[in-house]
Amino acid sequence: MIFRKYVAAAAVTLGVVALAGTAIARDFTIASWGGGYQDSQRKNFFKPFGDSKGIKVLEDTYLGGWAQFKAMQETGNRPWDVVQIETSELIRGCEEGLFVKLDWSRIGPKDNYIGPAVTECGLGVATVSQLVGYNPKNTKAEPTSIADFFDLKKIPGKRGVRSDPKGTLEFALMADGVDVKDVYKVMSTKAGLDRAFAKLDSIKSNIQWWEAGAQAPEWLISGDVVMSTAYNGRISKANKDGHGLKMIWQNNILYVDKWVIFKGSKHVDTAYEYLQFFSDPKREAAFTNDYTYGQPVKAALKYIKPDVAAALPAGANIADALDTGRQDSVEFWLDNSDEIFERWTAWKAK
Amino acid sequence: MSEQAINPGPTGAVSDRSILKANLRRAERRRKFRAYGLIAPLFLFLLAFFLIPIGSVLYFSISNPEVVTMLPRVTAALRDWDAQSIPDEATFAALAEDLKRGYADTTLPKVSLRLNYEVSGFRSLLMRTGRKAKRMRAPFKEAIIARDKRWSELIYWRTLKANDSRFTLHYLLQALDLDLQWDGSIERAAPEQQIYLSNLRRTLWIALVVTLACIMLGYPVAYMIATAPPRLAKILILLVLLPFWTSLLVRTAAWVIVLQKSGIVNDALIGLGLVDEPLALIFNRTGVYISMVHILLPFMILPLYSVMKGIPGDHVRAAASLGATPRSAFLGVYFPQTVPGLAAGCLLVYVIALGFYITPMLIGGGSDQMLAYLIAEFATNTANWGLAGALAMLLLICIAVLYPLYQRFAGAGGMKLG
Repeated sequence: MIFRKYVAAAAVTLGVVALAGTAIARDFTIASWGGGYQDSQRKNFFKPFGDSKGIKVLEDTYLGGWAQFKAMQETGNRPWDVVQIETSELIRGCEEGLFVKLDWSRIGPKDNYIGPAVTECGLGVATVSQLVGYNPKNTKAEPTSIADFFDLKKIPGKRGVRSDPKGTLEFALMADGVDVKDVYKVMSTKAGLDRAFAKLDSIKSNIQWWEAGAQAPEWLISGDVVMSTAYNGRISKANKDGHGLKMIWQNNILYVDKWVIFKGSKHVDTAYEYLQFFSDPKREAAFTNDYTYGQPVKAALKYIKPDVAAALPAGANIADALDTGRQDSVEFWLDNSDEIFERWTAWKAK
Repeated sequence: MSEQAINPGPTGAVSDRSILKANLRRAERRRKFRAYGLIAPLFLFLLAFFLIPIGSVLYFSISNPEVVTMLPRVTAALRDWDAQSIPDEATFAALAEDLKRGYADTTLPKVSLRLNYEVSGFRSLLMRTGRKAKRMRAPFKEAIIARDKRWSELIYWRTLKANDSRFTLHYLLQALDLDLQWDGSIERAAPEQQIYLSNLRRTLWIALVVTLACIMLGYPVAYMIATAPPRLAKILILLVLLPFWTSLLVRTAAWVIVLQKSGIVNDALIGLGLVDEPLALIFNRTGVYISMVHILLPFMILPLYSVMKGIPGDHVRAAASLGATPRSAFLGVYFPQTVPGLAAGCLLVYVIALGFYITPMLIGGGSDQMLAYLIAEFATNTANWGLAGALAMLLLICIAVLYPLYQRFAGAGGMKLG
């Protein structure tokens, strides 16, 4: 989950401080993404888990990126036992032996979970969609598809777009008519990548780049943009506060963050117990009713309130979604992100 | 002094004198040790938080241990390779062995990412082959090429050979938009990959504009505070310091609220009927300049104020009584005395402005990002510390070039940083 990249530097500093303090034995520690999200996790998972085991659960914040993991690899310290991470870090840490290869007999039957939630080293935490959101008060016509997001004639005005090639290039190709299953096949060719950039070029002068997930709904509400790509949970949160924003689910991009256990942790057993505790459908539903992200356990859906369920990345809403945990997606970005980042930065500044 | 002690004179008082001298020397030495002792914490502080970090940044920018240590056999085998045709069976066998071991001890992903910096796709090539290396049997050449036919392309082998050293100029050259070729020659990076120099130019330019704007706004303010009655001066200083004590992030966020489309400024302008459409004040360079100047202004005002406070009013009055026009009294008498403060203010503002990234990130558009943004991206997100280190060195050199300039202008009365 990509929240606030600009605090990442501070987080690294914190990480170093945390590393320095791990020489002494510490309690079971979970790191998640902070803010209201982690508050809700604490209420529904961390605290009840600690109470049920009679142990203290410590918490920390992780805000993405590889720097902290690199520090752990180089020092051998393990300031955390369990952390919630994104797919690219999951694959890297799993291959480099930083995370435990999960023994599913100690968590639960794999069939209990949705497909993308089960991987070699990680158990799905939550499903999040990046999709097009709009404020019907500010759009002259009603947008209905990702193609409309790129149609300046139908809906003129500024668009908020995440300042990251990952996801954005995929949106551009899907809007240009590429089928969701062929996106990476097309993008792997020079012509395909050019096509994605060309599609973005068609709206470039109307793009306003966002860095933090909170910016997108803010701009939709303030009228700075007429449409924006956004995370579904952020839109739902704004709507809870009384703003009537709408979401377009067609060809949304699905992210499933994962819990991982650190190899070398002194609390591996507790970590497994935590993952088992986390997998309880009722507990997951309680979390989702609180904070609108989808849950990895299939059975959780029947305990979720209907109005919440309708706005979740689940069921029909993700029927034609692009799953970023897909093998070709993971491989494409691991192979090409360095080169594309440079091209993207050059293109953005032009 | 020592010479005299070794060659004592002929008189009887000599031994007394030499004892006295020895005592004096001892006292002197003790005093020196005490002085060193007193600055030792400072020295250690500088060492720990200044020299070691800068040294390690430099080290990261040229360090290249991955290929040599993680693929030792194949790099050794490639040492005598002519680089013109596909390597022989022995080299493929060495590769298979390296991949097998690297996959087992999980070093292969690290070296794969490193090589992927140079050739996109190298990562998947190594990992794909590595996964099957354990089950491969001779002839390895056929087995490896059968697994992935990219192994029959020279570029991958040449890149491996080119990294046969613990140190590399790859990152430093990349930071200069140059591309180190496998044969050691240097070429310009492809046009769509050239981002670093243009970003550096932009960073230097933004910092310059911000510094000039701070002079224009800060100089009169500092003058007004320095010449105001004490009670008023205190209030004015407080007004300068108040935002100075607020966090950078908060002030940046405040500017978003002020400048946005439905923000305070635009609402006021539309309300007054001065404009029909909201002005684009944010997510462009204008917004970046406005907020950066606001954030950095105290760094200009305070040094100027401290210098201006020490300039007696008599000087300008004396110049006037001798017939100088206000203009020539200012330019000939007052302004030269403020130059040390101005130089200190400019240096502070310029150097701090060079390192900005949160403000341009939140208030700027796609073409307003500064070098620190890229450094942060590589340092924290992708953990490409080599490139982050090289870019940091680039920025550090730019600052180092400024310092002698500053010393020239600041002169003896100025602030010394080292």
